[in-house]
Amino acid sequence: MLLSQGEPLRTAAPAARWTVEQVLALAPDEASRRAGSKLGSTGPWSGGGCDGSGAVWGLCKGSGSKPYQTVVDTTGPAYKCSCPSRKFPCKHALGLLLVWASGESALPTGEVPDWTGEWLTGRRKRAAEKEGKDGPAAGGASATGPADPEAARRRAERRAERITGGAQELEQRLTDLLRGGLAAADQSGYGLWEETAARMVDAQAPGLAARVRELGSIPASGPGWPARLLEECALLHLLDSAWLGISRLPEPLAATVRTRVGLTASAEGPPIRDKWLVLAQYDTPDGKIVTRRIWLHGRDSGRAAMLLSFGAAGRSPGLALPVGVTIDAEITPYPGMGRLRAELGRQFGVPSPAGTPPPGGTVAAAIAAYGHALRDDPWLDTWPVTLHEVIPVPSGNGWQLVDAAGEAALPLAPSALSRPGLWKLVALSGGSPVTVFGECGHRGLDPLAAWSADGDGAAGSAGISSADTASGTVRLI
Amino acid sequence: MPHTITPAPWEELVTAALLGTDRRPVEGNDGPAGLLDAAALHTVRRRAGLLPAPAAPRPGPAPVDPRPPLPTAARRRLAQLLADRSAAGGSGGRRGTAPDLTELIPQWLATANQHGFRAPAALLPPLLDAARSRTDLRPQALVFAGPRGLWLAGLNPEWKFALRGSSGGSLLPDVTDSEAVARLWEEGLFAERVALLGAVRAHDSAQALALLATTWSTERAEDRLMFLDSLRAGLSAVDETFLEQALSDRSRNVRSTAAELLSALPESAFAGRMAARAMSCVSPDLADDGVSVAVEAPHECDAAMERDGVVAVPPSGRGERSWWFGQLVEATPLATWPARFGGRTAQEIVALPVADGWAEELHAAWCRAAVRQRDPEWARALLGAPSVPPSTGPGPASLAERSELLALLPAAERGAWVAAFIAAHGLSEAFQLLGVCPTPWSEPLGRSVVDALDIARDAGSYPWSFSGVMGLAERCLNPAEADRLEVLTTTPDEPENASPGANGYWSEAFQRLVSTLRLRAAMDLELIPG
Repeated sequence: MLLSQGEPLRTAAPAARWTVEQVLALAPDEASRRAGSKLGSTGPWSGGGCDGSGAVWGLCKGSGSKPYQTVVDTTGPAYKCSCPSRKFPCKHALGLLLVWASGESALPTGEVPDWTGEWLTGRRKRAAEKEGKDGPAAGGASATGPADPEAARRRAERRAERITGGAQELEQRLTDLLRGGLAAADQSGYGLWEETAARMVDAQAPGLAARVRELGSIPASGPGWPARLLEECALLHLLDSAWLGISRLPEPLAATVRTRVGLTASAEGPPIRDKWLVLAQYDTPDGKIVTRRIWLHGRDSGRAAMLLSFGAAGRSPGLALPVGVTIDAEITPYPGMGRLRAELGRQFGVPSPAGTPPPGGTVAAAIAAYGHALRDDPWLDTWPVTLHEVIPVPSGNGWQLVDAAGEAALPLAPSALSRPGLWKLVALSGGSPVTVFGECGHRGLDPLAAWSADGDGAAGSAGISSADTASGTVRLI
Repeated sequence: MPHTITPAPWEELVTAALLGTDRRPVEGNDGPAGLLDAAALHTVRRRAGLLPAPAAPRPGPAPVDPRPPLPTAARRRLAQLLADRSAAGGSGGRRGTAPDLTELIPQWLATANQHGFRAPAALLPPLLDAARSRTDLRPQALVFAGPRGLWLAGLNPEWKFALRGSSGGSLLPDVTDSEAVARLWEEGLFAERVALLGAVRAHDSAQALALLATTWSTERAEDRLMFLDSLRAGLSAVDETFLEQALSDRSRNVRSTAAELLSALPESAFAGRMAARAMSCVSPDLADDGVSVAVEAPHECDAAMERDGVVAVPPSGRGERSWWFGQLVEATPLATWPARFGGRTAQEIVALPVADGWAEELHAAWCRAAVRQRDPEWARALLGAPSVPPSTGPGPASLAERSELLALLPAAERGAWVAAFIAAHGLSEAFQLLGVCPTPWSEPLGRSVVDALDIARDAGSYPWSFSGVMGLAERCLNPAEADRLEVLTTTPDEPENASPGANGYWSEAFQRLVSTLRLRAAMDLELIPG
């Protein structure tokens, strides 16, 4: 399975450049994005350069006499800057990456200068040491393993008891609600749900808490809300019941239930090495925390994988992969929920900037794939699918994707209609068939990436899709 | 979960859930928990059994765009320019050292269109958004967006503007196919008809007028005005008869536009009538000390004058006689005057003294006539020497009118004139004049602007007093000048009596100027077809 233990292969080829979009996606907020854009030209920079292993550095003239020293290790990514900003990455790191992304000659390939030295070599040494250990899965468990297994078991039991208490309380609230009627819930408003969600947080069941918070927003979500509210209440009730009877469930389903209530398992099993095409990366803000989802598709295994990372309090999530490139890497899946979520392990070599889209299917096949996945996880909202040869078509107030060779259509999810990505998709298609990757669910399809079939994809219409040579993957989010 | 539920229909479950099981028990389900069980089963079953929807009618595919795609670096640059647009705030006084990318979009588009590149499909939406909010970008942006851009705009009401300015993206018939032309003229949308008229006119003016005449009396006044306005392009003696008829149109705007167009045809009967009237008002006056100009303004505005587009009622605050006089001179062919003044040139005539304080009125009317008739010789004469202070010269005191005159001069002469003007008077009144200079600025013009900025710095003012000129310089200086300007980006010692800190701001402004020039040079390189 593993070909090379130890040091990942660092080739001399220059690391794939990111695109402007990818860089801007790293900005912790709108103000940093603006400030970074302003520094994204060679004007204020001097002494800059990059090396073949993903390091980029430069000196940025600020208002003072001494320029700021900025270094970015794009393999992390990780940033270091001598400026006093508490933003992370700071505007200088963003500006430097923008200069790098625009391929300007201001950053010639060269030797790492001394002033970046310590931080960068330290980082690389640590990375190499980490590689030296066993695979991330085994290492993860053993390195952070509990000192006292008995105490850990007791802690887990106590937590399970608290969740059980929470689930019972939630059941009680749901049945009370239905006894009195949902119409009353509309009047009692948001407070009832907020309070219930807080109770679930106390019961250490964040999964239940999040679903309860969702319920609170449904009564204000327009016509047809009672049916939607009943659906979600019923699914929540199903989750409660499943948790309360978890000992009777088959293990894969039990794992899904545990994950759904908010017990995070760790990734386990042998790592899967493949050529992973990065299909999409997007952030969802949720209170103080930002959740970043990255979708991958394995060229050889054919499987889809989702990497989750989180950022708190104005910091962007740590993991960033340029959409449209292919990475040679290992991933380790988490148990439950269709084993979609995975942890990124070691990467080998540098990303290659090309990627052909995953083999896709018809509209009917996409819908069937979602239906099929519901058997393992009835709480699943969406499932990753690729549609081959579909045409975006306006329909009523919305849009749908229609099989080029048939009459079957898949509506786009309402959430996709207000995003700029919709028009990008329509423009890319120009009324002709395209390949689309997205999340397909009971509300329709949320398109995340697209490829056009004509020669335009090779050099023309890929727009801002790719690193250096157009891979043709067009980001829609 | 119990597995033996008699499934009640979904609607029934929803009704029961809305009203509450206390009021509305569901048959065969036991209380709220039973209702939730049944609803969960329904929900998962429905989601798992979803089927494709029927397809709506497809929009036709976008027309093929044969232009070559952009080079990769240029595509990336465009993405950056358009992404920056959404982030740009109002540029108040201090703007840092980084270029203002948004301001470079027009240039970028013009260069891309010169090379005839096709817009990348994925960037069409931000391109159309940019053109929507900035009308100055529209012509170039729409050319660049091409047929796919129009196709896309047809699907999004927010981009309606793109369809207005074009023939709706539809193909015009062959102008020699009289049947197809007549059909489109009868049935087409207004934009299509304007485009059709232009196409036929380019092929054969007389045919276009004949086409227009077929429906002229039934068109709405505002459409008549637009059609008439479209005759500006390629105006010739052929149009005279039609315009003469339009002088008696029902709509006042149509009448005055017809008069304006006729006055640009110096050979027309209309121009002759106006010249005769103007000659009776303006005559050379031979006195002891040479020739001067005598002015006798008209005493009435008769029906014939009104028919020729003279507006009888002056705006408030203007005497009616001078008001009529100005209109007569404005519509008179400028070629009339040398004959009237013994073969003198425009320059000599403008230099003549004018009796009784009519000079300002007469010169202003000549300026309007020069602009209307696009006469460079008179424009040159009326502008006078660039070293003469604007307030004392023969020409118009208003900078807007001066820049209109300036625009009539040949490109090289324009740059030289403004360069000399700045050398003599500094930058404070140069902004509008610079706006009509050809870009990139010629070397003498560029040098005079930079020198004037340098002088302004030494005089101790702040750079934001010149932010307008600075912005123009960033966009219009020749990018090749960047290296020569590098020396200005240093921060010299504060001179005595300088404004505190001004030097730092100046070096910042010059840094921005230099980095913008470098960026423009890079953009031009990226757009060279590889």
